[in-house]
Amino acid sequence: MNKLLYIAHTEADGTISDNSLEALAAAVKIKQDLKLSLSVGVIGSGAVEAANSISNCGADDFYTVSGAAFTVSRYATDAAAVEAMVKKTEPDIVLGFGTVRFMRSVPGAAFRCGGRIDTHISGISTEDELLVKRWYYRQRMEATLKREQRPWFLLLDKGVFEPFQGEKAEENADGLDIEVSDDMQDTAVSGLEMPEGGSQTIKPDAELLFVAGAGWTKKQADGQPDLKEAENIILQTLERSKASLGSSKSLVDLNAEGEQVLKFMSHLNQVGQTGATPRHDKGLATCCHGEEPHVVGWRFIKERRAVNTDANCGWAQGKTDVLYIADAFAVMRKLNELLAT
Amino acid sequence: MSQGYDIVVCGSLVPDPLQTLEPVKSDKGPALKNEMMLPAVLDPWAAHSLYEAAHLAGRHEGSRVFLVSLGPKAKLQQLMMAVAQKVSFRLVVVDGSASGFTDSSETANALADAIEGISDLQKERLLLFGGNASASRDASTTMQMLGERLGIKNMFLGVDFLEVNENGFTVKERAAGGQYLVSKFKQLPAVLAWATGSLPEPPNNPQLGMQNMRMIMPALQQARSAAVDAEGLTFTDVAIPSQLRDTRIVKDAPVDEIAKELADWIRG
Repeated sequence: MNKLLYIAHTEADGTISDNSLEALAAAVKIKQDLKLSLSVGVIGSGAVEAANSISNCGADDFYTVSGAAFTVSRYATDAAAVEAMVKKTEPDIVLGFGTVRFMRSVPGAAFRCGGRIDTHISGISTEDELLVKRWYYRQRMEATLKREQRPWFLLLDKGVFEPFQGEKAEENADGLDIEVSDDMQDTAVSGLEMPEGGSQTIKPDAELLFVAGAGWTKKQADGQPDLKEAENIILQTLERSKASLGSSKSLVDLNAEGEQVLKFMSHLNQVGQTGATPRHDKGLATCCHGEEPHVVGWRFIKERRAVNTDANCGWAQGKTDVLYIADAFAVMRKLNELLAT
Repeated sequence: MSQGYDIVVCGSLVPDPLQTLEPVKSDKGPALKNEMMLPAVLDPWAAHSLYEAAHLAGRHEGSRVFLVSLGPKAKLQQLMMAVAQKVSFRLVVVDGSASGFTDSSETANALADAIEGISDLQKERLLLFGGNASASRDASTTMQMLGERLGIKNMFLGVDFLEVNENGFTVKERAAGGQYLVSKFKQLPAVLAWATGSLPEPPNNPQLGMQNMRMIMPALQQARSAAVDAEGLTFTDVAIPSQLRDTRIVKDAPVDEIAKELADWIRG
């Protein structure tokens, strides 16, 4: 094993994201510890400038794929770009960050190149050989593994390394020309769109994850559910704490079944089994019960607190650092007042 | 786009999410303790794609829905008793391992062989559906490899919406930050790996279940075996993480006090 290829794509502003720079930090560590040669490949609009911006990483060579066809996030063109870089550099290891764009396209490129791929990499060890960690069965067990097949493609998850501090050292990126056929461009990308409801409630970079459970839709002291008040409180909390909003499955399922409980809530907010496993420094769960929000959805939340009315909630006990037994409506109303000052 | 579609859904069984799972060592590498005895469900994201497939087929006359399942035949038979009551489909069974510790390229090849073996499948009207990721391996890689094996160029991951009209297909995929990436395409075949979609789980329909089971039992009997493993992959360790925290329970505290403590914590 002697060659490593780091791959990244540019964002809309032509830069490489901090997440992808985390993967570059991993690549630099593997290069140094296992004494490999390093190549860098950057795809997308502004790829040359982006490659130059990380030219202090110690790579032996830099390759770029750019042009109108590679500006957008599309399977066929992205897979072709990665394939071309792999064929050019013939690496043993291909490493990148698991962005939406790469999660879609790199597995196909790995298959074309006769390689194997592992995604959601949560740890890397380089003591004697390359070992990686990833979770199985939706974050219920963690495995350490290695592979014989090459090239071995690895897509990292967030938070494994600190982002590489890139600087422009020299300009020596080689552009790769890729023939783009009509059928590769049958998919026409229209652009990004907010889900119905319009509120930007999911913020991957937020410090706090605020998880709302189905308890927000239950009957209150007066015997009636107060959905409007629940909406107001939750939206106010999000605004004042700058939190990202998560939800239990039971709450978003109510929406999917036609019961419009919280207008801004959708399956995109769901954490747990069929939802996301987000990474935030802090997590506050309110009115949640069950394994999904507290175990699976919270796997990568560092500090955890919960507010619910059941002191014996077996899922919260042992999973959260502090469990407040109280009416979440009252607590969050007061909390919002305090956060406003 | 008025002709019907051949919608092939790839989906298999996973342990019921409410089960406690424990890894054990086996001759072939890691496995789950009492794996064959664990209650199973249809993989959640694949289940969403099956419901979307049935819904789409219902709106386009002449469409057919196939469910291609790779898993232990005996367990699939049990699972189908429940799945058959949800929507109408033809079952294609590949008898092999559904373990999360198998390799996705081997799974993709086994599924591709099974799909290519469907005698009257029309590729020019093929929509290949599956889950965004399995609840076992959770890698989000199998559908793209399967698409590659079948020579498909239009592929989408994390799909929540598919709209069909006279100009082609419009897809919404989950993108970063809670947004959707909207794309359009015209040519089939295409791969759509679904997230949760936008449909609720259909209610059980015992009559439909009985109709489906008449076709499902022969499909199970005709299942071909596939040796799906994880060649070249070595697991040096598989463990359940220590997850017990020393929870401080705050009971009978005034709301103002709790709110202040939370505010201080959030401001950090």
